[in-house]
Amino acid sequence: MGEILVTTRDGGTRSVAIRPGLSLMETIRDAGIDEMMALCGGCLSCATCHVFVDAAGYDSFPPMTDDENDLLDSSDHRRETSRLSCQLVLDEGCDGLSVTIAPED
Amino acid sequence: MAANDAPPRHADVVIAGAGQGGAQCAITLRQRGFAGTILMIGREPELPYERPPLSKEYLARDKPWERLLIRPPAFWEERQVAMLLGTGVTAVDPAAHRLTLSDGGSVTYGSLVWAAGGDPRPQPCPGGALPGVHAIRTRADADRLMAELDAGARRAVVIGGGYIGLEAAAVLTKLGCTVTLLEALPRVLARVAGEALSAFYEAEHRAHGVDLRTSASAAAIEGDTRVTGVRLADGTLLPADIVIAGIGIVPAVAPLIAAGAEGGNGVAVDALCRTSLADVYAIGDCALHRNAHADGALTRVESVQNANDMAITAAAAILGEAKPYAAFPWFWSNQYDLKLQTAGISAGYDREIVRGDPATRSFSVCYLKDGRLIAIDCVNAMKDYVQGRKLIEGGAIPDPARLGDAAIPLKEV
Repeated sequence: MGEILVTTRDGGTRSVAIRPGLSLMETIRDAGIDEMMALCGGCLSCATCHVFVDAAGYDSFPPMTDDENDLLDSSDHRRETSRLSCQLVLDEGCDGLSVTIAPED
Repeated sequence: MAANDAPPRHADVVIAGAGQGGAQCAITLRQRGFAGTILMIGREPELPYERPPLSKEYLARDKPWERLLIRPPAFWEERQVAMLLGTGVTAVDPAAHRLTLSDGGSVTYGSLVWAAGGDPRPQPCPGGALPGVHAIRTRADADRLMAELDAGARRAVVIGGGYIGLEAAAVLTKLGCTVTLLEALPRVLARVAGEALSAFYEAEHRAHGVDLRTSASAAAIEGDTRVTGVRLADGTLLPADIVIAGIGIVPAVAPLIAAGAEGGNGVAVDALCRTSLADVYAIGDCALHRNAHADGALTRVESVQNANDMAITAAAAILGEAKPYAAFPWFWSNQYDLKLQTAGISAGYDREIVRGDPATRSFSVCYLKDGRLIAIDCVNAMKDYVQGRKLIEGGAIPDPARLGDAAIPLKEV
């Protein structure tokens, strides 16, 4: 089974198993990484699951919707590779993906 | 440590309530290094879960139960948060720092965080407790409703045009039910939004086939062994297989009030979420507080945001970090393909300004008080939500004409 690498706000990195079909947000949350609030549960109503995706991985996902793009604008920490992790559905092809949890707004 | 397996008789922090607020309080305590014992007591048999999907994705079966859990089961064990589920708190002895439980046992606490939320307001008319009359507050509520839908219930009467009632009406319509919605007041969402938003949602529900009736209330729910219909005040009988009562909640604070805590409509808390009882905090739906974003008005806020952010305030206070609650209010509601997002609290507004044309199904309603922008309701208008929120947080006094011109981005108003 594939794995992704998640860098938390303290700079540490953990590998987390991919469960195909779940979002990146759910994958991080279910791994017990508790600093991601994901308050709206993944319905694209907040921006509390903000991550930075590594450049290679970034291009592997479908492009973001206008709503996601607008919501990301609410963050003071937005970067080129910012995404809302609730909008990224993982599959086995994501093996090796590396993401960093964005600072809290 | 399985739930309810030899629960402790004492915990340094006891959290009464295992919902959004209770969960976040425990999470924050551990994140910030709290090393004492934590016990969470929940009336439902479930580990902490997200309540908003119960009237949306869960009811529509777009999201299975497992995906509603706020954290996976193993998380609570790893963080050493003991769980006593399916158990209520029936009495509080503030002097002895002791709780009496519904199972007859008792637990003592160092600090108590009351995060018990509320119970659906019972339908007050005759027949309000008949089988087939449903609330949507807990997983069990939703499961009972879904079981009756599976058994063939097709005619639904929804009582109450607040968010829960409207969301349920949207899902039931999508599931093929015939839906009548009754709102006692002259418009839906009257307590939380302005007239423009109410009118828009009334029209949308009607366009989706809902028989939406305002200034209409149930005089009686009829049926012998279960619901067969709803009798209106004017004598009309609406045949029904199921009734959903979405008429608000009653804050679950009786044991605290009986113990002498100040309150009434909820339990009163100060800016650090402290009640008038020593070492007792209250958070979330049941916490009556002076909200910094409602001009300090005494209010309860029923939202994930409020539960979550008050939990952080209370956890910090327990750890000796006195940081007054001032988190910015936000809220969402999904109905059909309409995404409503609210920033701020509109109560007390003296002027509402519509941005954009509701007929396009993408618009916003701005609420002003003494010229200051205090809240915005955005329907399928994410840019307005993000930019409007910044304006509100900045205390903006915008030019009303520019505010109402959807061609001008809010950040340039």
